Amino acid sequence: MLRYTLKRALSLIISLAVASLVIFFVIEVAPGDPASYMLGINAQPDTIAALRTELGLDVSKTQRYLNWVGGMLHGDFGTSYTYRTPISEMVADRMWVSLPLAAFALVLSTVIAFPAGIYAASRRGKAGDVVLMGATQLGVAIPNFWFAMMMVLIFAINLRWFSAGGFPGWDEGFWLGIKSLTLPAISLALPQAAILARVMRSSLLDMLGEDFMRSARAKGLSRRQALWRHALRNALIPVLTIIGLQFSFLLAGGIIIEQVFFLPGLGRLVFQSISQRDLIVVESVVMLLVFSVIVVNFAVDLAYAAVDPRLRSRS
Amino acid sequence: MSLLAIKNLSVEIHGNPILRDVSLDVAPGEIVAVTGESGSGKSMTALAIMQLLPQGSEMSGAVMLDGKDLGQTSEAEMCAIRGNDVGMIFQEPMTALNPVQTIGDQVAETILIHEDLPRAQALSRARDMLDRVGLDAENFPLSRYPHELSGGQRQRVVIAMAIVLRPKLLIADEPTTALDVTTQATILDLLKELVSEFGMGLLMITHDLAVVAGMADRIVVMRTGEVVETGPTQSLFQNMQHPYTRMLMEASDHKATLPPHANKDPEPLLQVVNVSRDYRLPRTSVIARQKMFRAVDDVSFTLKKGARAGLVGESGCGKSTLTRAILGLEDIQEGQILLDGEPVFSGNKANLLVRRKMQVVFQDPFGSFNPRHRVDRLVSEPLHLLSERPSQSERTSAIAEALIAVGLQPEDAQKYIHEFSGGQRQRVAIARALIIKPDLIVFDEAVSALDVSIRAQILDLLAELCEQYSLTYLFISHDLSVVRSITEQVFVMQSGKIVEQGETETVFTNPSHPYTQQLIAAAPKLPEIGAQQKGPKNVAS
Amino acid sequence: MERTSAIVTALRSRNFVIGGALSLIFVFLALLSFIWTPYDVTTLDIAHKLQRPNLSHWFGTDHFGRDIFSMIMVGARTSIAVALLAVGMGMGLGIPLGLAAAASQGRWLDEFIMRGNDLIFAFPSLVIAILITAVFGASAVNAIVAIGIFNIPVFARVTRGAALSLWSREFILAARVAGKNTARISLEHILPNVANLLIVQGTIQFSLGILAEAGLSYVGLGAQPPTPSWGRMLADAQTMVSFAPHLALIPGMAIILTVLGLNLMGDGLRDLLDPRIRNARS
Repeated sequence: MLRYTLKRALSLIISLAVASLVIFFVIEVAPGDPASYMLGINAQPDTIAALRTELGLDVSKTQRYLNWVGGMLHGDFGTSYTYRTPISEMVADRMWVSLPLAAFALVLSTVIAFPAGIYAASRRGKAGDVVLMGATQLGVAIPNFWFAMMMVLIFAINLRWFSAGGFPGWDEGFWLGIKSLTLPAISLALPQAAILARVMRSSLLDMLGEDFMRSARAKGLSRRQALWRHALRNALIPVLTIIGLQFSFLLAGGIIIEQVFFLPGLGRLVFQSISQRDLIVVESVVMLLVFSVIVVNFAVDLAYAAVDPRLRSRS
Repeated sequence: MSLLAIKNLSVEIHGNPILRDVSLDVAPGEIVAVTGESGSGKSMTALAIMQLLPQGSEMSGAVMLDGKDLGQTSEAEMCAIRGNDVGMIFQEPMTALNPVQTIGDQVAETILIHEDLPRAQALSRARDMLDRVGLDAENFPLSRYPHELSGGQRQRVVIAMAIVLRPKLLIADEPTTALDVTTQATILDLLKELVSEFGMGLLMITHDLAVVAGMADRIVVMRTGEVVETGPTQSLFQNMQHPYTRMLMEASDHKATLPPHANKDPEPLLQVVNVSRDYRLPRTSVIARQKMFRAVDDVSFTLKKGARAGLVGESGCGKSTLTRAILGLEDIQEGQILLDGEPVFSGNKANLLVRRKMQVVFQDPFGSFNPRHRVDRLVSEPLHLLSERPSQSERTSAIAEALIAVGLQPEDAQKYIHEFSGGQRQRVAIARALIIKPDLIVFDEAVSALDVSIRAQILDLLAELCEQYSLTYLFISHDLSVVRSITEQVFVMQSGKIVEQGETETVFTNPSHPYTQQLIAAAPKLPEIGAQQKGPKNVAS
Repeated sequence: MERTSAIVTALRSRNFVIGGALSLIFVFLALLSFIWTPYDVTTLDIAHKLQRPNLSHWFGTDHFGRDIFSMIMVGARTSIAVALLAVGMGMGLGIPLGLAAAASQGRWLDEFIMRGNDLIFAFPSLVIAILITAVFGASAVNAIVAIGIFNIPVFARVTRGAALSLWSREFILAARVAGKNTARISLEHILPNVANLLIVQGTIQFSLGILAEAGLSYVGLGAQPPTPSWGRMLADAQTMVSFAPHLALIPGMAIILTVLGLNLMGDGLRDLLDPRIRNARS
């Protein structure tokens, strides 16, 4: 288990390193010099040079990359070109909106999908299964940001159960924060739950045809007991893969949905930065997003090993 | 009174009759074998007793266990009976266990389902039963997972799981078919011991008449869902009534008549000289040295032109690796493989000039063809090896000739492979091998997936082709009796080495290497038809 | 005979028929928009703005008085074109990579391709779109590239997985014994046998592509004005949703129906093309 963990950790570090290289060099391709862009066309060459030194742009590319990565390791993401403030400050608050939103949605999606998938598999072909699978077929087709708009229309504008958007900040109290993330999280989670429920169902049904399920029945387990005790844990293996993938969809989806609910998350920051050509902010936010996706997939890899003893002993 | 009494059992699945009027009995302490070829309904009979028939099945007739009709029993009551009164073991030990649960938990589960016990107590009884089936606590703690065990060891766990509550009846569906002969012998011995020790009835389902002969007190022969003949083992073997039983018996012991050799002093064709093949084992850590596994270890032999040779060995002995190396599919680390004096593999890729002199027939009649191509395209694929592309008419006539040679029709060229039965597919495979008139054909377990009657026909076909094409072949199999019936020369392989070689009859009647002796002793033997039996239980030493 | 019986079986699958019909409607609308739309989508008609659905404007008008039905038609064009090109890009690069990885199984090329795949999976298409847009500016082409890049590992994985199991099959060994090289075996034997799977996956990715395109143009990273797109119609509708909900409902329904149609068609195709299911039925 330790060896497996170390191996996964090594590949985590390599992935992060390569991802940071890719992001850095894509941004490097951008035409134009940030310093002259910031100062406008009438700026004096020496002011531009001074600014370039201030922004750390006057060194070689390799050195700049190393400075950027080294800075991030210390929590220093550099200085915004537009606002001249440290990016880490700009990101810190917003990150604590985007990440909890994705995590909240992931939990919701799993909590909804597991029982739904298990129920449908155990009622295969019966009315409950058909209705549920019809609903998931629809759920998969709904764009989450449109669903969010409909939720706002129904629950915030018509029923007035929730506010139509905004975020008070975690300082105002944990539950108030959760409440304002609830509608966004539901809108994100339901379409993903539909996918997850379908995967859960088909993975369980695949397991029902396995030889060891027949052995379980021959021991005297009822169909239902065999499903719970033997099929479920085996079925979890493909489901975990999907959960890992879903986190990245939820994170990306969250950035879109922030626009619907006027949430002060990373999405708003990054779109604003694009329009202001504040590339260093874009670079850091993208790195942060990719970092979270890679770390979550590392966690999923560890969960695999917890579920599947074959992985633990191998490697 | 009999323990199990099946009366006029009929089963239909979606309206198709699968079983018709099957009747049989099993007494306590008795071993009854149900035998027959694929499609005979023997496994369905077992599933009907367990009431685990596939969905859409309709059952009629009576399945009485201890006077209780299981056909009339509710599902909840059946759950109480399965595992408690009737245990069952299956063919495929590799998949019959839950891969994510320890063996201890899986055996203990049988107890916990039926008895209200603390888990620790159930685990200790599971421990006792695992000891009893030959898995000692030191090497096989309860915390082991199935993937850490070999096939034979897993089958022992499955047996422990089935008998831990000492059921009155044990059903074994092809329990040793997936195992090597030596493992098969020990599992069969274990089953016999358990039957006499616990006084269980054993209903054993197997296609292998030789296994039946050594195990069963009584035999039930089935064909296409019906019982054709039944009787005590000894008298049934001495006095077979039904022609089907007789045919099965003859086919199981079929010996192909090989034609005499034309050339008295042939030249060497295939030379395998000090060949070794290593595989990398997965690294244990990034810095650890790469460990190697030597699958083929310093093997040498020569096949002369016209040789009819066999290569036998159990799974993992390296025979598949050697086969691939001979076919030029993989490079070797040491030694040389020469065909007609030319290396089969040179300069990192296969030598096409040599390869056209050699073809192969594989085991699986379902997997060895691209399902999307017609037979003409399948059979003519090796023509690709010829340096000059044959014209369309040459191609057509070559295809027709090959198909006729294997007993098919030229018109079959337009069909798809799924339109053929297993035996016919193997004929197509042989036609594909024959089409470029190779000097050497390698048969890789070529008849292992076939029913005995079909197998006999294919072996006869080979003997005929020997005459017509003056074939040289290497017949690779785990099945000693098949190798004995179709070869004149044999190589016995164990852990990557050839431990014995010689004339087939000599090796089989008078083996010199201990491993060959062990193999031959472990192989179940058919009694002579009508001959006096020493006793039914002489399977293995 | 083979052909007609295949069509007959296809029509027997309810999913395939309903899904196919739904998708075809939108494809037809998209194609029709090249030659005819009820109104011109670029001319503004402020006098008739924000009309509810009525006889002259079947789906009503937006805040500039443009005909929503016409915009849906042209938007279908954008959505389908972007998704189609993105899936084409994913297939065009992903399938050869998957075939190559499977053919060199276990060796460094396989390892390299698969690690590359894992890396791309860490970049959701939105993130790729953000990067590209930051550098090159927003356009429909960026949306295609972003969604396309994300599709490469999807197809590479599916192809490799299916191809790997084929490589161990005996008919591939037989082809190798017949002297064919790996490239030729990949094209002649592997690709036709994974084609069904790829068609099904392609349909599903196509529907996901439509969803992704809508998301990207909603946040302004996709097609730019004046090209109508469903995602931007929704973005425009957002501030007016309380008094003109049809502005949001109609493009939303268009997206849902297209995606639903494609998914149903994919399910139907899988049932039709999967030999295990087909054999079990007959």
